[in-house]
Amino acid sequence: MSDITKQSLSELIKNIKDKKLSSTEVTKAFVERSEKSKELNAYVTEDFSAAIDKAKKFDENPNLDLKLPGIPMAVKDLFCTKNVKTTAGSKILNNFTPTYESTVTQNIWNEGAILLGKLNCDEFAMGSSNETSFFGCVQNPIDKDLVPGGSSGGSSSAVAAQLTPITIGTDTGGSIRQPASFTGIVGLKPTYGSCSRYGIVAFASSLDQAGPMAQNVRDCALLHEVISSYDEKDSTSIDFKRNNYVKELTNNIKGKKIGIPKEYRVNGMPKEIEDLWKKGIDYVKDCGAEIIDISLPHTNYALPTYYIVAPAEASSNLARYDGVKYGFRADGENLIDMYEKTRSEGFGAEVQRRIMIGTYVLSSGYYDAYYLKAQKVRKLIKNDFDEAYKKVDAILTPSTPSSAFKIGEKTNDPVSMYLNDIFTVPVNLAGLPGISIPAGHDAKGYPLGLQIIGKAFDEQNLLNIAYAMEEKINFKNKITDWWIK
Amino acid sequence: MSIDLKTIKHISKLSRISVDEKKAEKLAGDLNSIFEFIEKLNELKTDNVQPLTSVAETTLKLRDDEVKSKNIREQIIKNSPQENEDYFVVPKVIE
Repeated sequence: MSDITKQSLSELIKNIKDKKLSSTEVTKAFVERSEKSKELNAYVTEDFSAAIDKAKKFDENPNLDLKLPGIPMAVKDLFCTKNVKTTAGSKILNNFTPTYESTVTQNIWNEGAILLGKLNCDEFAMGSSNETSFFGCVQNPIDKDLVPGGSSGGSSSAVAAQLTPITIGTDTGGSIRQPASFTGIVGLKPTYGSCSRYGIVAFASSLDQAGPMAQNVRDCALLHEVISSYDEKDSTSIDFKRNNYVKELTNNIKGKKIGIPKEYRVNGMPKEIEDLWKKGIDYVKDCGAEIIDISLPHTNYALPTYYIVAPAEASSNLARYDGVKYGFRADGENLIDMYEKTRSEGFGAEVQRRIMIGTYVLSSGYYDAYYLKAQKVRKLIKNDFDEAYKKVDAILTPSTPSSAFKIGEKTNDPVSMYLNDIFTVPVNLAGLPGISIPAGHDAKGYPLGLQIIGKAFDEQNLLNIAYAMEEKINFKNKITDWWIK
Repeated sequence: MSIDLKTIKHISKLSRISVDEKKAEKLAGDLNSIFEFIEKLNELKTDNVQPLTSVAETTLKLRDDEVKSKNIREQIIKNSPQENEDYFVVPKVIE
């Protein structure tokens, strides 16, 4: 069967279950395509021969009742994988091989999937373009020298380029939804507490959440079903009844109330984003949903709040990288000198900048003015959503204020880079689920995404709306395989 | 508000990240533009607002205090940058 890598996850599963394809054939196809695609720099660590061995083993005695039977997949290099190097895109973890497995990846292997390798990302997931990775930037398969978004940039590039049928990323301020939007794929950031954080390299613990990235909404729903679980190893994991998201997936969203927040009409928003949003509104109306204008008055304060809360938590989480127990160590004249050199040489510029911001806002004399203030504003932002959800079932916005930009275009101006996350950050601050679906192209032919934000724990409704819209939009990604010689 | 080089040196000490003059100047410039952006929060009056410390509105669960990982010494020291039998090795601390 030709064109194995062009098949969606659902098609691959059907073909494996119908015995039209073996796991070995599927795995080899993705390995071959990945090997021809090194120019994209999507992988940090390849585990191809082990993957083919595992596929052969699967085929000897295939358990076809599993949800991901013999499906190969690569994952973001922020998930600890037992005996496979895990770097978080950083020099400081370049020699780190975990002796344990993250809960989310364990859930995936338990359902029969096979690890292909680890995907590039911004260092410690801090970035919006994958340019802060120690392993270099990633190419967007849409066009040469275009960023794939970040921080899950290797993940978005790999799914869009069909190097893996699906993947998982993490989202602290938009790191699943923004790269999904930049590469024309679907990305879901689940409700905080749905997916365990155990074994994920920590960035900002009150915001971090793992989530699926896929070519379509159905595949995304299936992967979400696999990774979402209660886990006693994560003290913020929430024990609630999880749906059978695929079985209950429906395009019937008649009568659903969709909110349009006026504050998301930001100054200087390109006309094509505005037009895309209008088109999105028409699509949901076509599906029989009702449009309601809403207000989220504190939207403009979300990014400044995020740039206090996230660095503060990061500075605390990253204190563990001291060169003592694991990771990179630089030689020093004494213990303190060793710490300072290790961290100065081991962390990249963006990570150091954020540790510095975080240390400053938590330091004596500034805590109330910055950190406490930000936590209070975070409460106001969450209250805005609580108020809105009295009137609506979900909220529709653009995913990003622009399409993908060129590599190097924003690296010298941190604030302009941060502005990329303007529509995604409020969702993390409020702990809500959000999904980005590809919805159109700009004049250059680059993909643009629309974001649907749901009520906490209401992923089913969110997926249903995305599913109904996807059918109306009928998006086709324009990928030419330019990187394959 | 402006973050000067003295403050940068102080934060670098607290964060245990060494910075030279050139790096300190670059960081001061970056941090000033970021804090200018953050200052927007001062437009809001928040005196009577309760800070949000967790979006998950649950109380922490209690569990029995029992050892679940036994005999994992080897796993723990496996990634140690400098091996020496069963210990983590650091530069000399006591003269």
